[in-house]
Amino acid sequence: MDRFLDYILKTLVALTLIYVTLPSVVVVITAFGDKALMMFPPDAWSTRWFVRAIQYEDFRLGIVNGLIITSWTTWIAVVIGTCSAFAIERFSFPGKSILEAILASPLVIPHFTMGVGFLILASGLSLSRSYGVAIACHVVLVLPFVMRSVYVSLKNIDPALERAAASLGARPMTVFLRINLPLLAPGVAGGALMAAILSFNEFTATLFVTGQNTQTLPVAMYTYIREYADPTMAALSAMMIAATTLFLIVVNRWLGLEKILAIDSSHHR
Amino acid sequence: MNPTRQSHYPGYMVGVFLIPAVIIAVVLVAALTSLFQYSFRETIPGSLKVGDFTLGNFGRMSAWIYLKVFLESLMLAGWTALFNLLLGYPLALALVRSRSRTLKAAILIATVIPMFSGDIVRTYSWLIVLGKNGFINGSLGSLGLIASPFEFLYTPLGVTLALVQYSMPVMVLILAAAISHINPDYEKAASSLGASPWRVFVHITLPLSRPGIISGSVTIFAWTLSAFATPQLIGGGKVNMIANLVYQLGFSNFDFPFAATLSMTALALTLLILAAMRLWLRRFETVETH
Repeated sequence: MDRFLDYILKTLVALTLIYVTLPSVVVVITAFGDKALMMFPPDAWSTRWFVRAIQYEDFRLGIVNGLIITSWTTWIAVVIGTCSAFAIERFSFPGKSILEAILASPLVIPHFTMGVGFLILASGLSLSRSYGVAIACHVVLVLPFVMRSVYVSLKNIDPALERAAASLGARPMTVFLRINLPLLAPGVAGGALMAAILSFNEFTATLFVTGQNTQTLPVAMYTYIREYADPTMAALSAMMIAATTLFLIVVNRWLGLEKILAIDSSHHR
Repeated sequence: MNPTRQSHYPGYMVGVFLIPAVIIAVVLVAALTSLFQYSFRETIPGSLKVGDFTLGNFGRMSAWIYLKVFLESLMLAGWTALFNLLLGYPLALALVRSRSRTLKAAILIATVIPMFSGDIVRTYSWLIVLGKNGFINGSLGSLGLIASPFEFLYTPLGVTLALVQYSMPVMVLILAAAISHINPDYEKAASSLGASPWRVFVHITLPLSRPGIISGSVTIFAWTLSAFATPQLIGGGKVNMIANLVYQLGFSNFDFPFAATLSMTALALTLLILAAMRLWLRRFETVETH
């Protein structure tokens, strides 16, 4: 009986894994199809859609805008995230739990709600749909992830090191700059990479806060899908999946994704 | 474990570290406040200006065409959460308990990459899988199993299929975190007393993972309520969830006040559900966790 159940479990896991990875695999295969229809499996093969994806003007603009918004978002979020994570972890101050809750709230607020909110805020301040609005929105959205990443690193710092520095006469700020910060490097770097990926790939909120001139790649892709039905998008998606995978492999090397996502199964010694 | 608290951090340092955080918090609150106050404003048709304060928008929301969207969203969220739980639990179990490193790595990769790939890429892939000439219809057709293509696109079924896969990573991670907190000693004790692995699972593992089940299901439910890209592309206007309605109202009708009303209601609904979950989970805090 148990063998049977064991077999069922294994099959279920395998099938579910297939179900979860199916879309990505299908997209990559379709990207190499030749015909201008979205069909699967393709009956002729070609790489021309990759060429078209790279050359398409809107996608280029989207990539440039994405890079602008993402790079600003990343460094702003990293600086603010590191300081905030440190402050919340170490300091006591009035209103701490409120601040913590507010900064973590983007995790539960729908992205479309954020988008509409920022859009209305921007128009209320008479700002057009400029880069600034998009950057502010993105920073708010990625901050919780940066903070989480820094928390992980922070928790792993041996407090004895800080005490040693302090006992040698270092002022708290010096301890932070010369002890904590270097030791936080993996968390900060991991957070930076996550912020970058999340910001570059963000779609829903960005759709609301960007316009024709500031639209990022995902938004440009959305516009494209509504007009054309050829494998160019498949090619572009394939490239984005590849880039994201690469990024995540790097983050994993640096920090270990399991820890950031809190599924470390080494709780029991 | 907190060695250094409060006492010897100079005031200026606290200030320097906190000011950026406070600025962001203020920006976020400002955005939500703008949304809030807009939901009480009157729309002036054909213009982006807004009128006076009114409660009319909330009354308007009770019209069937809008209620229908809320109900359909709740239903889709419910089905999504259910299937996510059923399919995600085995994955989470395997992720935590399996002895095969490759399996664990495979699950982790399959789970995490979609989370970071961005809505549009993930949703678009489903268009190819579900389309008339797509993967499912293509394979079934070439195997001779169906005569004509099955309609997946623009149906609730298609949207649900995509939504389940979309939020699977979150469910797996939450469940895995919960399962990894179960002390394996309980399971070992049970099996040393003669329980078969199945009994151990049903009577030990499953009950102890209840916080994870609740947390995962409710989180997915609340999350799915906010879905946009998936119903937008795969629903194609026929399957509308709250987010799609908000987008339409905002960008097709320029009716931002009403869009704000709907957004606020959805947000309130989401927060209510999550708060209820918190209360529900309080009961389990007495269970031993690590």
